[in-house]
Amino acid sequence: MTTLSLGRKKNRQRTDAIQKFVIYLILIGGAVIVLFPFLWTFSTSLKTPDQVYQIPPQLIPNPAEPSNYVRVLVDRPFARWLLNSLFVVVISTIGTLLSCSLAAFAFSRLRWPFRDKLFLVLLATMMLPTQVTLIPTFILFKELGWINTYFPITLPAWFARNAFYVFLLRQFFMTIPLDLDDAARMDGASHFQVYWRIILPMSKPALGVAALMFAQFKWREFLAPLIYLNRTESLTAAVGLRTFMDETHGTDWELMMAANILFMAPVVTVFFFTQRYMIQGVVITGVKG
Amino acid sequence: MAAPWIFGFVFFIAGPMIASLYLSMTRWDLFTPPRFLGLDNFHALLTDDNTFWLSFRVTTLYAVFSVPIQIAVGLALAQLLNQKIRLLGMFRSVYYLPSVLSGVSIAIMFRWIFGTQYGLLNGALKLLGIEPVSWLGDPDIVLLSFILMSVWGSGANMLIYLGALQSVPTELYEAAEVDGAGSFRKFFKITVPMITPVIFFTLINGIIISLQEFQTPFILTEGGPANASLFIVLYLYRHAFQWFKMGYASAIAWVIFFYVLVLSVLVLRSSKAWVYYEGSLKGRGE
Repeated sequence: MTTLSLGRKKNRQRTDAIQKFVIYLILIGGAVIVLFPFLWTFSTSLKTPDQVYQIPPQLIPNPAEPSNYVRVLVDRPFARWLLNSLFVVVISTIGTLLSCSLAAFAFSRLRWPFRDKLFLVLLATMMLPTQVTLIPTFILFKELGWINTYFPITLPAWFARNAFYVFLLRQFFMTIPLDLDDAARMDGASHFQVYWRIILPMSKPALGVAALMFAQFKWREFLAPLIYLNRTESLTAAVGLRTFMDETHGTDWELMMAANILFMAPVVTVFFFTQRYMIQGVVITGVKG
Repeated sequence: MAAPWIFGFVFFIAGPMIASLYLSMTRWDLFTPPRFLGLDNFHALLTDDNTFWLSFRVTTLYAVFSVPIQIAVGLALAQLLNQKIRLLGMFRSVYYLPSVLSGVSIAIMFRWIFGTQYGLLNGALKLLGIEPVSWLGDPDIVLLSFILMSVWGSGANMLIYLGALQSVPTELYEAAEVDGAGSFRKFFKITVPMITPVIFFTLINGIIISLQEFQTPFILTEGGPANASLFIVLYLYRHAFQWFKMGYASAIAWVIFFYVLVLSVLVLRSSKAWVYYEGSLKGRGE
């Protein structure tokens, strides 16, 4: 009796071990498939033009050519483009946080006519394909003489154009007890003071998640800078990357990949240090960034 | 306090929508005044424009394959990670990484990887003795390349499912084990039904996103070869910003909007048959 169950136990342990082994094999294989393109990009960014076209390809370039990075930053305006992107990201992230948290406050803690109906409208705008508003918005900004300025790609953020963040912040504000507001109002606080002194300080985690998600989205935004910016020096990095592709003279792949690494590095670094919050944000809201 | 949003809604959403609807009924090149055409643009688009239908087909095919595969791969990864596994956090971050970077940089990376002569993928195939494939140059293959690339980024779905899997009550599994259910049965009879609301969400979201695909074809192929990767939004972009046919482009925008709407409503309708909300369980059980 005991030997039988012991044998069974052993058998079970063995199948468990095999199962574990297979799971790890799949997971590691998948991780290699995901990571290899990045390694390859990095490897290409350190090659000389000759090494780029070498067959069979080398994974570890010898000799390595780190000067590609200098060329991208000095000979091409990529340093300028990275700064432009940083500027756009900072300005629009501040705008999004302020305008979306204000709206979220109004939709979650104040009573006013048509509030709930308007909130449904707001939810509907989250699903609206941007193409429907693209052309008239382009014409509006063109008439205002704002082509080749940063207004078209930063200003809408100050008016809660990305309704998703209103939704996200509202979800969080709803978890804060209303008693706090009432107590503050008893002491003579205005709506704005309640918002600024009580709700915002209590919502730092949610504001952080929103800022990270929005900044990430803005950093890689492509269509808007593509149509609004066409002077070389004013491009954002996402659009500037494309200029390394050259159909007539052939693409300088090693420079393009160096630029790509420089473009991805800040995002990966921020992700590395904040992934716990970002992953939480995605899991809570159930939405990709 | 909702004033900024209301202002933004009026000037950046509602106003442009009305303007866009009007423009879709005109011919306008930005330089001469718009000329009212009624529904002529839509008529031409739907009955006369073969390129439009080609782009419609390309976009639909891409959505039909990439969205379900991304869901399946994301679910499989989440299920694998939802166990006692060492380095769980590391795997999760690695799989999610492409979603953090999605867009231009990924497209540029894959343009290099998909290269016929010097690309990494063909290099790897050569080791297996397989002839080089023209991933981006062959009209019959190019869409497959796009789908492969989208599957590579399935980590976004994985993360959402992982959150959902962790909220499935363990009692359900224990009860099933008592009844002698194997892990396969448990997955399809408990796990999948319990997380259908999240699958439903990723399905709708995936459809909306894939129908609006623009940067990837713009960078990888510019719609080629022979328009075999001409996604609808890329076609719209050509009309609006290369040929300055603002009226016709607006009509395309409304067709995309309508298509997204119809598909979303269809999925929503179907959801009654397959999406399972916990509220209904409670209603029955107590």
